[in-house]
Formats: sequence, structure tokens, C-alpha cells
Amino acid sequence: MAKTVTYRRPNPDTQPPYLHPAYVSSLKRAPSKSLVYLPHTLSEVTGPTFANEPMDVKACDLTRQHSGEPLGERIIVSGRVLDEEGRPLRHSLIEVWQANAAGRYLHKRDQHDAPLDPNFTGCGHTLTDAEGRYRFVTIRPGAYPWGNHHNAWRPAHIHFSLFGAAFASRLVTQMYFPGDPLLPFDPIFNCTADESARKRLISLFDWETTIPSQALGFKFDIVLAGRDATPMET
Amino acid sequence: MSRQATTSQTVGPFFSIGMGTAIHDNLVSAGTSGERVTIEGHLLDGDGISVPDAILEIWQANSHGKYAHPEDQQDKPVDPSFSGYGRIPTDDQGKFRFTTIKPGPVPDLDGKFQAPHIVASVFARGLLRRLVTRIYFPDEPANATDFVLNLVEASRRETLIAKKIAGVSGKLEWNVILQGPNETVFFDCGL
Repeated sequence: MAKTVTYRRPNPDTQPPYLHPAYVSSLKRAPSKSLVYLPHTLSEVTGPTFANEPMDVKACDLTRQHSGEPLGERIIVSGRVLDEEGRPLRHSLIEVWQANAAGRYLHKRDQHDAPLDPNFTGCGHTLTDAEGRYRFVTIRPGAYPWGNHHNAWRPAHIHFSLFGAAFASRLVTQMYFPGDPLLPFDPIFNCTADESARKRLISLFDWETTIPSQALGFKFDIVLAGRDATPMET
Repeated sequence: MSRQATTSQTVGPFFSIGMGTAIHDNLVSAGTSGERVTIEGHLLDGDGISVPDAILEIWQANSHGKYAHPEDQQDKPVDPSFSGYGRIPTDDQGKFRFTTIKPGPVPDLDGKFQAPHIVASVFARGLLRRLVTRIYFPDEPANATDFVLNLVEASRRETLIAKKIAGVSGKLEWNVILQGPNETVFFDCGL
């Protein structure tokens, strides 16, 4: 009989609650009833794999998706995707999306009075390599206003979507930039109780990946749920 | 000292530029084995207002009850024309629709079988982390003994079971209500 090695549950303080009143959009969308604890079965410890999907090399360079170069500060965002035991997630899909340098998304519902950039779409994807490494070339996104409260501005951020090896390890998060003065005021960044967990969402400036005369490097490692030690009989 | 999983953050309102590029709302091709089914529904918030900026991701076994994943070691046929993964956005009216096949039964933790089901994640602006739920099938005797359905109080189980549409075959209705008295059952799956 096969054994199901389940995925570890997060320390609650390190993940956001569903209802976070300071984030107004959560008020009518957060569930009001308790979640039902779901033991992981074969359905949750498996998940989609994208390792054999064809990857366009332009998909990981957001500055080369159009005829011209996008405006803004060119940056390199790289890091590793690991599980909680530090094991690399190999050939795992990462998707990113972001605003342009002026803080505007190429999206029909984005009403911010800032210019679109004809040379910037703002989305990309890649697979991690055999050591769990990934690398995107992009431009630094701008901050932008939003309607959450009076004079609300989102700190500059890049959205990350990760699949890992199983349905149970699916994660969508946001990467922030070091020294951003808007971080202390952002209800989305601050929704998580644990300060060190919040800090891990802030990328690190990185000389090692900075290319002279070309682009600043920022490092952002991502950790997905690890496996429990004790297998469950299935 | 082991690491801790990175904190989840909302997909925000504009995820469709990033996650929208890989929409996959038809999981079936000519060679796929199994009973075709189209599942459609409406995603509503706590005021009953449509949620137009949400995305549903689904994962399921093939018609034999086998997942297209290396950890599924069951001695059952793989269906090369069926990945089991779908990604479906809601439209401007908060509606979604996808076409798949009814999955076969997969094992539970006691060596018995679970009733046929699809696992689903809901992402949206306002959700700081995903919501996890399941879609079961109507008129399925195995629902009565499914161990996951039996973790849910009886009065709420029906939120997990798609409904037949009178006079229409091959199509089921399954709605997602994020909050309120008729709230869909959501599971604590970890992240």
C-alpha cells in the first residue's frame, strides 16, 4: 500500500488571516465560518507539473517582450525556491506580474492616471533549474495609489505565483523592495502578525547579481511548505 | 532549524495579466477518456455581489482515478490527453465555466476510496490567501461514505456537491459563496 507523506502546516502567525479589516476588500470576501481541517490525501499531495511545458526565453525577460525597451530602472530579480527543509524545488513553475515604472498595470480595470508603457506588458514566467534557482529581468515597478483608505499607496511590489510539487504547496505572494517608505503603512504587507515573516517578503539588494553598467540585482528566496516526517498509510 | 513557508499575499485586482495568460478552462480533448461534464457557477461575496476578479484553479484525477503526478503510484492507467489541471477566471458577471471529465475514485487515508471529486483553489482581490474547497458530483452513492464530506456538518455538505440542471445533461451547477449563511465550505489545507 502506498504511503502519503503529508505537507507541513504553517505556523499561524506567519500567514495572514482571511479577515484583516484594515484591508477593506477582505471584509466581504473573507469566510465567516471556521475552515474545516482537511487531512492531506493523494488529491492534495499531488498537483500539476509544468516541467515539460515549452518555455519561451522572452518570458523571463520582461524588458525584451516588445520592439523597444521599457522605461524605468532595469533590475534583475533572482533567488531560489526551497521547501522548509531547504531542499530545492526543481523545474517548478513561477509566474510574475507587476505594474510598470509609472505604477500602472496593463489591465482594463486599472484607472490610475499614469502612463502605460507600450514596451512593457508586466508579466513573465519561468521554471526553476535543477538547484531551484530562477531569474527574471524586469524594471522596478512604481508605487501606485489605491482606494483602500485616504491617500493609500501600495509599496512597489512584484506578484509571484508558485506551484511547487503539490496542490498543498501552492503559494501566491508579493515581493517588496528594501527601504520602501510605504511598507509601514501598507495593510496588505502588514496583514501577517509575525514580523520576521513579513521581512522575508522584502527582497535584498544583491551585488553578486548586479551587472555593471546594466542592472541592479535583487535577491528573493521563496520557501514552500515542506513534508511531514511521518508517512500516513493510504 | 527548518525554514518557514513564505507568507501568502493577495493576488490583487490585476492578476489576470500574470495568471490570465495560462487560462485552461477545457481540460478535455478528443482522446480523453471519461464522461464529459461542464461545470458552471457564480462566485459571490458576503453581500451576494458578483466577484468579477477571481480565478479558480482545479486539480483532479483522470477517469480511472489516477493523478498525472509521480507520487500517484496506483496501478491504474495514465491518460496522456488529460493533465487534470484547470485555471478558470470569473467573467464580468462573476461567472465561471469549465469542461472536464468526471474523475474516478482515489484512495483516502484508510485504504478505502473517496467519492469522485475535484479539488479547487479560489484566488481573488480581498483574499490574502487562497481558499481551498472541493467539488463533488450529484447522485453519487459514494458521497455518503466519503470521509472528507463526513468531516463537514451535514447541513453544509451540499455546498460541496454540484447540482444537476433540470432538462440539461452533461452540465452541472456549482456556486462559490465566499461569506454568509450559505457560505461554501472551505478547508484548512495548510497554505
